[in-house]
Amino acid sequence: MRALIASALAVVASNAVAQDILIRGATVYTSTAKGTLTNTDVLIRDGRIHSIGTGLAADNATTLDAKGRALTPGLFAGLTTIGIQEVSQEATTDDASIGLGAPAYEMQWRPEFDVSTAYNGRSVLVPVTRIEGMTWTVLNPGIASNGNFLAGQGAAVTLDGRQDAVLDGSRSLFINLGGQMNSHSGGSRAAQWMVLEQAVHETRNRVSDQKSLMHPLGREVFARYLSGGRVIFNVDRAGDIVKTIAFAKRYNIKPVIAGGAEAWIVADQLAEAKVPVIIDALNNLPNTFDQIGARLDNAALLNKAGVKLTFSMFEDSHNARKVRQLAGNAVAHGMPKEAAVTALTADAADIFGLGATRGRIAAGQVADVVLWSGDPLEVTSLADQVWIAGRPVDMRSRQTELRDRYFERLKRATAN
Amino acid sequence: MQHAHARGAPRRSVMIPLLGILLSACATAPQSQAPTPQATPAPSTPAPYTSTYRALPSTTTLIRGATVLTGTGTRIDNGDVLIVDGKISAVGTQLSAPAGAKVIEANGRWVTPGLIDVHSHLGVYPSPGVDAHSDGNEMVDPVTAQAWAEHALWPQDPGFQTALEGGITTMQILPGSGNLIGGRGVTVKNVHATTYQAMKFPGAPQGLKMACGENPKGVYGGKGQAPMTRMGNVAGYRQAFADAQAYREEWNKYRRELAEYEKKQKDAAGNKKGADDKPPSPPKRDLKSDTLVGAMNGEILVHIHCYRADEMAIMIDLAKEFGFKIAAFHHAVEAYKIADLLAQNDICGAEWADWWGFKMEAFDGVMENLALTDMPRNSCAVVHSDSPEGIQRLNQEAGKAMARGNRMGLDISREHAITWLTLNAAKALGIDQVTGTLEAGKMGDVVIWNGDPFSVYALAEAVFIDGALVYDRKSPPAKPASDFLLGQYETAVKGSAQ
Repeated sequence: MRALIASALAVVASNAVAQDILIRGATVYTSTAKGTLTNTDVLIRDGRIHSIGTGLAADNATTLDAKGRALTPGLFAGLTTIGIQEVSQEATTDDASIGLGAPAYEMQWRPEFDVSTAYNGRSVLVPVTRIEGMTWTVLNPGIASNGNFLAGQGAAVTLDGRQDAVLDGSRSLFINLGGQMNSHSGGSRAAQWMVLEQAVHETRNRVSDQKSLMHPLGREVFARYLSGGRVIFNVDRAGDIVKTIAFAKRYNIKPVIAGGAEAWIVADQLAEAKVPVIIDALNNLPNTFDQIGARLDNAALLNKAGVKLTFSMFEDSHNARKVRQLAGNAVAHGMPKEAAVTALTADAADIFGLGATRGRIAAGQVADVVLWSGDPLEVTSLADQVWIAGRPVDMRSRQTELRDRYFERLKRATAN
Repeated sequence: MQHAHARGAPRRSVMIPLLGILLSACATAPQSQAPTPQATPAPSTPAPYTSTYRALPSTTTLIRGATVLTGTGTRIDNGDVLIVDGKISAVGTQLSAPAGAKVIEANGRWVTPGLIDVHSHLGVYPSPGVDAHSDGNEMVDPVTAQAWAEHALWPQDPGFQTALEGGITTMQILPGSGNLIGGRGVTVKNVHATTYQAMKFPGAPQGLKMACGENPKGVYGGKGQAPMTRMGNVAGYRQAFADAQAYREEWNKYRRELAEYEKKQKDAAGNKKGADDKPPSPPKRDLKSDTLVGAMNGEILVHIHCYRADEMAIMIDLAKEFGFKIAAFHHAVEAYKIADLLAQNDICGAEWADWWGFKMEAFDGVMENLALTDMPRNSCAVVHSDSPEGIQRLNQEAGKAMARGNRMGLDISREHAITWLTLNAAKALGIDQVTGTLEAGKMGDVVIWNGDPFSVYALAEAVFIDGALVYDRKSPPAKPASDFLLGQYETAVKGSAQ
């Protein structure tokens, strides 16, 4: 470990200013049609992937011999509350959801609520997550107990620690549907569709502000999503997914299914409508009556049907790094490995409108890359070095600091 | 999700002198072996709610040519495991198959003992997680030592089957952590049954579930009741154990008086004198104190949900004050700060590989916790789940922890790491004499993996419980094991009859 840290620090020190980096002899998961390239060099210049090939040379580059190790694009950390929720059960550290305390009969929709405005680039979760190989995430507004099934907007952020971290073009609206939302929709999932229709009606017709679901600003925001905007529908039940596809089509929404426990049942319809899905690949139990059909080969079946998908932990942003294990288990249950890596990189980027600049190791892409100690999806592999926008990440976090402090203490305590 | 749950912990059967723990005069000899009767201060009361578990019919089986991790810290390459009459008969190389034995050629496969989870809420917080199924936390009083998890265990929880597919052959089902003292846990064999008694691990001691920190004080403090603070937490444990001590003394006094009375009766037999004496009246049974007396006697193993290092140290002092032994701290997110103290006190640390931060007391979690807990001599690191998802892949959790330890230079081998979810877990539950390793004479609880069990790609191919093949990935059951999913799953999947 000491050797590893030493080499990582050396890289950091020599790259305080973004400098060319040449990674030689890696197994490169490009997440492009080129697939996985063995014994390949990648040159990073000005924060971007400059070139990929063999025998690349660069005079002033810091050179690193990968010795065959895997190099992947930076992984997607899933839909999370990283930087908007420090300690889940401490309200003063939790900015992830909005609840305005209106009585239930006065349902208020706040699509203008954008949770990314609360993002803190200095959250300890940021280093904890990125040293595990995750370079970006999508901030996911939650549902407050006195909130609504429309959660508001979120957006992708880069995890390099900058404050102004939102990635252009990724902003999305989040709507949660199904039985778990009954208590936020007057007691019935039918009311969810009713209110959605009401919202569409409001944005298209004059309504009195007193009686309206949304403030004028909210209507303006919602209207944007009715002209091809990306809406993340958190929904599990097969029938509800089909209904969501139809609703989105009717109103010119670009839907993404999140949750999707039963998505495999309607995989063909998802593929036909080109609707991507974000799943927790470990979900195989009927946690709710909306998830009776949950199974471990959900990812494999969706992939086989041609559905674009990616992975996310949905309830544990502190452990967002576990997405890699989700992908690995999807492979154990039938998804091709390269497809699973692509799901965590290029497909995730495409789903959030970032594919032109992120998610692939290809010339011109932002140089978010990770060098792994072994198979990138294996639980016994670790990220040896992460680069975000071509800069090497300091591979330390509050957790590694705690570890080192007590490791030293324990070594002394157990010396005799 | 985590806040409603509690942790259990393992205990060791090794008879190491219990540092500083004063066992009271009436304490029974602690636990070297499995079957201890359920604790009750009332003399000669047969243990109620007895196990009706019967091993399923099994075939003599020879698993041949596998990489065998025995659970004792040994790895045997190209190894064989022979199971006869439901028990491990031999482990080694070049074993010959008895006549009529079923031979499984296991080249390229790995074989381990059946995995053991010391901390599960399957059956008491089952799937689906509807309100009607919320049976794990009797949160009406901070001390509900009288409640038994087994009386809420729903055997139709689909999570038992999925855990089995992950190689789990034994687990402890615990009450949640909403209370200071939540009640008794039960150890079960992971067989499908209609009653919990038919799953109950024969002879396994019960557990006592206690909880430190935020959960109990949050549950009751929020209602303006005690405990509202960590001070109140500790006061609550102390009063409960003090009451149990007084209760035990009442029973001891009664027993002395009864013995005197019986002696008098015997002496007087023949001369009719003393016939007027009345026998002493037994004290009223108090089910709460019964449990705590059982814990102080060592018949019920104490498992404490506790995150912070400082709180674990306080609980160690509490155990000393009242003369009980702590089998394990569960979750123990800060065990790495006091790994030496846990080892000195012969206490297991039952932990996740990577959960942290979901509440303040989990904020200092590190991914090296298990590896550091394992570091001192005589330590007892245990991988636990507390989750219907995690229990399906304890092997992967161990893989993560092992890799972190090795990156620090701790040199943790696979044959060692497997003890975290087999032997050490069995110790924590007081069943290591009968399961937890592949040694002759132990229960035939065995898993055949399709590869290195610490890999994310590893799947259990075959699972044996007491020698019976209870899961075979090549011919999975055609119908769900759980009555809940039977018919329902098919309906959900097929929709309109097409």
